[in-house]
Amino acid sequence: MKKIIVSIVLLNLLAACASNKPQETAAASAPAAAATAPVAAGGASTGATSTTQTVVDALNDPKSILAGRSVYYPFDVAAVQDADKPLVQAHAKYLSENAKRTVKLEGNCDERGSNEYNLGLGQRRADGVQKMLELGGAKAAQLTSVSYGEEKPKAAGHEEAAWSQNRRTDINYAK
Amino acid sequence: MLKAMQSVLGLLMLLQSALAIAGLSIEIIGAGEHQIPVAIVPMGGDEKLAQAINEVVSGDLQRSGLFRLIDPAGKLPHQPSEVSYPDWQVRGAEAIAIGTVTTQANGRIEARFRLLDVVKHVELMGQAVSVGDGQVRAIGHRIADLIYEKLTGDQGVFSTRIAYVNRQGKKFSLIVADSDGYNEQIVLTQNEPIMSPNWSPDGGHLAYVSFETGHAAVFVQSLYTNQRKLVADFPGSNSAPAWSSDGKRLAVVLTRDGGSQIYLMRPDGSELRRISFSGGIDTEPNFSPDGQYLLFTSDRGGSAQVYRMPVEGGAAQRLTFGGGTSYSPRHSPDGKSFVYTHLSGGKFSISLQDFQSGQSEALTEGGWEKKPSFAPNGKLILFASEARGRGILATVSSDGRVKQHMFTQSGDAREPVWGPRL
Repeated sequence: MKKIIVSIVLLNLLAACASNKPQETAAASAPAAAATAPVAAGGASTGATSTTQTVVDALNDPKSILAGRSVYYPFDVAAVQDADKPLVQAHAKYLSENAKRTVKLEGNCDERGSNEYNLGLGQRRADGVQKMLELGGAKAAQLTSVSYGEEKPKAAGHEEAAWSQNRRTDINYAK
Repeated sequence: MLKAMQSVLGLLMLLQSALAIAGLSIEIIGAGEHQIPVAIVPMGGDEKLAQAINEVVSGDLQRSGLFRLIDPAGKLPHQPSEVSYPDWQVRGAEAIAIGTVTTQANGRIEARFRLLDVVKHVELMGQAVSVGDGQVRAIGHRIADLIYEKLTGDQGVFSTRIAYVNRQGKKFSLIVADSDGYNEQIVLTQNEPIMSPNWSPDGGHLAYVSFETGHAAVFVQSLYTNQRKLVADFPGSNSAPAWSSDGKRLAVVLTRDGGSQIYLMRPDGSELRRISFSGGIDTEPNFSPDGQYLLFTSDRGGSAQVYRMPVEGGAAQRLTFGGGTSYSPRHSPDGKSFVYTHLSGGKFSISLQDFQSGQSEALTEGGWEKKPSFAPNGKLILFASEARGRGILATVSSDGRVKQHMFTQSGDAREPVWGPRL
């Protein structure tokens, strides 16, 4: 039953912002984009959708900071960096205001280190984001964290260009 | 009808790819300091079996780096009475292996083999070895072990098995194979990662990490019945299973109480208790052969290094220092040293540290070399490497002199671990 309601809400939202790009595209944006994504643009930007923006779930608004779903790290570091803190805090606020939404925090690492060490590091990354979300008002019951270590790399290759993509915690909302 | 044809075709293609996977190529780099010159004469009897056995025995001895194979050059004695010792002295052989092989009425293969001392003109050993139908490689490994043991005084390990993970795109397979990489058997295949296989000391079970439940969880699987049991599935990550040498305990790493910490349990998952208490990542536990100590990786000092602590609790001691970070420690079978992965200047290499002197030496020159484990005789170390853009299996002799690369036919081989002597 709950699922059906969510689906209906989602359908409405999709209809409301049909001109917007699907959220997957936004979520897959580069690390820099996540850090510099403009905070909710307000009504001034696009005439056609501006009238519906007030009812749009900010989660589905590609211009919202919430469109960023990944937190990136330097090598062998698990603390959320200053550049990504606004993103995590925005998700915390959203979760605190939308108690029915749940997220899975998925920690990942680059391939340097042993895969067992990286499994631990990825868990520490995911747990760090979870803690920050809880501090920001999300409830523990809305959150689960998991580590994939270096086992599910997004980018292949033994170079920093790939590694920087793989040192990451994804904030993955349940559909 | 067409559909039936298609499925037959599909089946044929499947068979073909399975056969292709069975293919393997091996490269040997370097040579031991003192190589024993030995002639392996193809056996009499069944010519096809003799040829197959000869290839296995020759390959095993050659890869050990301790032998130089002398070409029989047309001399093919099968009985001691047919051996003319001067012929072999001229060729420089110190020992010569001869024998016969036959298939018995019940399908079993029997080889009668003798090892002769060319210098002293005496028989060093004579033995009959028999195996079931189709296990011709097993006979070869057994004979290679006997020759190795007689001529070097060390245990042979050619009849042992290895386990590793093969990754092909998103498909992960847990594989068990002969020590030379042949005779692959798939233990588990799935589209979720598999990590850290580890042998029970009796060789009957593998403990490993699988992500099939959505996160890292520890399974124990019988290699005889294929029955598997989920033994650690707490919230967070469950990983790095390691058996004690008596087989009664399993060390695992759990994040259920915060960061990655080491716990002990029985191999069925019962009697769980935490034994490491740090704010860091403590992982990759490995029991000492006497069961008293654990080696493990920890970043408690700020970077990943190898530590040792008593199993029953107590202070941990840091063992690796200097530049870079260190991972994946494993005791030598005699407990006097350990191998580990060292990362420095962007390169992974395999290093060995002697407990008494505390001295570390690099066994490989560095590249993408990870996850070392000793052969049961301590003379060879198996590890994961990379060549031609693929993950491969590799070995290095414990003195660092002889290396070999084993290329499986497809995919990336990773996480290898040498099984026990049965």
